Amino acid sequence: MKNYSEDWEAVIGLEIHVQLSTKSKLFSGASTDFGALPNTQACNIDLAMPGVLPVLNEEVLKMAVKLGKALNAEINSPTSFARKNYFYPDSPKGYQISQMDKPIVENGYLDIETENGGKRIGITRAHLEEDAGKSLHDDFEGQSGIDLNRAGTPLLEIVSEPEINTPKEAVAYLKSIHSIIRYLEISDGNMAEGSMRCDANVSVRKIGEEKLGTRTETKNVNSFRFVEKAIQYEIERQIHEIESGNKITQETRLYDSQVNTTRPMRSKEFANDYRYFPEPDLLPVNLEKEFIEEVLATMPEMPTEKKERFVSEFSLSQYDADLLAADKDIAEFFEEVTKISNSPKLSANWIMGELSAELNNENLNIKESKVSSNKLGQLISRIEDGTISGKIAKDIFEKIWTTGKEVDDIIKEEGLEQVTDDKEIELMIDEVIENNPQQLEQYRSGKDRLFGFFVGQVMKASQGKANPKQVNDILKSKLEK
Amino acid sequence: MDLHKLSLSKQLEGLQKGDFTSTELTSQYLNRISELDGQLNSFITVTEDQALSQAKAADDRYKKNNNFSLDGLPIAHKDIFCTKGVLTTCGSKMLSNFEAPYSSTVYDKLDKKGMVMLGKTNMDEFAMGSSNETSYFGPVKNPWNIEYVPGGSSGGSASCVSAELAPIATATDTGGSIRQPASLCGLTGIKPTYGRVSRYGMIAFASSLDQGGVIAKSAEDAALILEAMSGHDPKDSTSLKLDQPDLTNNLNNPIKGMKIGLPKEFFEKEMAPYVLKSIEEAIEVYKSLGAEIVEISLGNINLSLPIYYIIAPAECSANLSRYDGVRYGYRCEDPKDIEDLFMRTREEGFGAEVKRRILIGTYALSAGYYDAFYLKAQKCRQLVANDFIEAFKSVDVILSPTTPGTSFKSGEKTNDPVEMYLQDIFTIPANLAGLPGLSIPCGEHNGLPLGMQLVGNSLEESKLLQFAHSFQSNTDWHMKMPNI
Repeated sequence: MKNYSEDWEAVIGLEIHVQLSTKSKLFSGASTDFGALPNTQACNIDLAMPGVLPVLNEEVLKMAVKLGKALNAEINSPTSFARKNYFYPDSPKGYQISQMDKPIVENGYLDIETENGGKRIGITRAHLEEDAGKSLHDDFEGQSGIDLNRAGTPLLEIVSEPEINTPKEAVAYLKSIHSIIRYLEISDGNMAEGSMRCDANVSVRKIGEEKLGTRTETKNVNSFRFVEKAIQYEIERQIHEIESGNKITQETRLYDSQVNTTRPMRSKEFANDYRYFPEPDLLPVNLEKEFIEEVLATMPEMPTEKKERFVSEFSLSQYDADLLAADKDIAEFFEEVTKISNSPKLSANWIMGELSAELNNENLNIKESKVSSNKLGQLISRIEDGTISGKIAKDIFEKIWTTGKEVDDIIKEEGLEQVTDDKEIELMIDEVIENNPQQLEQYRSGKDRLFGFFVGQVMKASQGKANPKQVNDILKSKLEK
Repeated sequence: MDLHKLSLSKQLEGLQKGDFTSTELTSQYLNRISELDGQLNSFITVTEDQALSQAKAADDRYKKNNNFSLDGLPIAHKDIFCTKGVLTTCGSKMLSNFEAPYSSTVYDKLDKKGMVMLGKTNMDEFAMGSSNETSYFGPVKNPWNIEYVPGGSSGGSASCVSAELAPIATATDTGGSIRQPASLCGLTGIKPTYGRVSRYGMIAFASSLDQGGVIAKSAEDAALILEAMSGHDPKDSTSLKLDQPDLTNNLNNPIKGMKIGLPKEFFEKEMAPYVLKSIEEAIEVYKSLGAEIVEISLGNINLSLPIYYIIAPAECSANLSRYDGVRYGYRCEDPKDIEDLFMRTREEGFGAEVKRRILIGTYALSAGYYDAFYLKAQKCRQLVANDFIEAFKSVDVILSPTTPGTSFKSGEKTNDPVEMYLQDIFTIPANLAGLPGLSIPCGEHNGLPLGMQLVGNSLEESKLLQFAHSFQSNTDWHMKMPNI
């Protein structure tokens, strides 16, 4: 879906801020829960009271080590912190504690799937830093409020190499990072709540050109869809500018999802000299070999490994395995269902079909599903053992969704067991044939298509309960007579 | 009885024996403060009510025989240590209305041992100064002659102990702020090894150099309280993972056979004859006690002042960014917008010396200058530290004057920052290397006291105090008190 001429290419690098799901903040004991009343989760350290000092929350080291491993990266030891100086009302210290020279994670890569096959994206670094507070402009006439609940929340900023070339690749990369952080349980990755935020560095150049074009940084893109749209817009804007004889200004731009454009931030909104220097209040942190090994021993199965196992263990197609493994919760749900149903293929179809349609309908995630993995597994096993037909199963699924009842109870109460007795089916077939002499004659004179008509009539007569395979077999032999 | 004439350990003994109560002792100091501090200005806040109730609580514990280790002993705290519910100003207009919502670890430790806070002492604004003339709360006077400065930045702590308005006071030292005022006021001041005393709740000037300590009337008094202030604090990541040291049990051990190093770089400098004479006399005392004198070289020591005046301002430029008028402290009237709020709050809230250092530091950290200034200064700092490591392979302590001379008149150096900065030429190296240093009185000139400095190897406060105590056991310079 390139809307620009073929001789241009885009060069894209992403900076992804991931909010780590620790109980307390990066350098203080205050809680990190989202949504509390303003300034109720900001302690003396978060408020930057005179004399306070930061103490590193060691939980974040474990999280960063896991991420480093998942990104095939090096772990720096010692890793050290630096002060990034800037004045902003929601930055209480007047500097942010971040990392500069020795980020905890460096030199990694991530393999993503693109329209043109697999592609490797380099990861420059991932560093720890603290989040800022929030300025609230709406509730105060002529003034602004400051909420420091978020100040000091731990972030990992993951910086990619400028090796992404299309908006779709950017989204694939972003989704892959999202999948990894969810698998590692180091963040909930909720983009709407800001637990995962993405800034895109974009430049364009003529294909074949070695020199990079001037880049812009687009901030404030808070969904996968907006990332794609914002980058697409920015690429087209830059090409248009250059083709009109203008130059691209290196600047920070804001994405406005309402009108799908990017616009420059006021120059005052971004400082240009952060005067980084080593944080004297924190000593460099040594990550002992044993510590790293202990952390790595707790690494869960990652999406790529899981996908491969789904293909080899359950004989799923690459496509199905990929879809199921991308989301940790879906993958777990699938494995629970399969354990009970004993039918991986059918379980995969139900999850990606009926279940996902219902979830979308009601805007729920799989953990909120009204049909539990247990019940879905039983439902599928009742199809497998021939108790019910696939068609009836869909009705039962709906009933479980609305009532929460047990699969077998619904089957019993409503008499939905499949009719599998040959005699009973024969009787029904005989009656159908008897009532449709005209169709019988036409069929026998070569109108094969009418077979479906007879099947339909038999199923109708059985209220959908007759075993379709038996109906097929018996009907065929009767009609041929 | 003139209880304020007693040493701290005698006061403690008296309290324990029931010779007098903490209430009597505390009241005597409070009376002296109200009588004499008008001319000295050594206190910013006197916490009279709190002191009397702490004293009473201590007396009650003595009655029940469940007293704490330092119960009922009065102390003054430099106004850089946060004290919950009490004004903590750091000598600045910026914090002139700031009541700390929590207490520093130093205060907490001494409070838990039963010490009674008399008040908060005056200081140079944000601990930047060597004469205590930069305080928003007015200059502090030297009790030996009120036309002279007490030194800085812990000028209030030195002045009040010297005038016996408090038996001892906490202080902090970034480049000499304990030792220089101790020298100028005829007192014993010790800055321990970096990381010995928790910096939590001690308002930061230059984080990698700041260290808390005490100013006292003798090494013995200093040892008693420094010991109680020390020890690992999980709230300060740079605090050393060591238990509270024993600083008193070594005091009376002889120094016979131990080695004192004299850095030739210091003695090659042009030194006032009276300073040299006092130092030479002190050396003779040590010789007579059996110490061996060795000339040593600290080849990079002369880089110390320029290194310090890059690193300290750089760190302070970031440390003082939090004073923006948004959350606490001074805020300018009717700001137009956030920029105006930041700019005018800082323009109006900080004094000239603080602004000068913020500007120097901001410049030194700026893109394009960082490598030439900050990074180079850090590398040179390591060279200075290495010189000390080498020197301590052959000596036990290093001796020098504490200051280039005795105190100077108020206003004499205020218009020449560089002349003022030279006050710390002998003291700064110990901060750069993170080493313990102390100053003890060793002479006088024209009625003003003069100190000598002893610098020890890392964690060897005990040895430093041993050297100081053996000098004080054989001389009486530390016994001389000003007539006020």
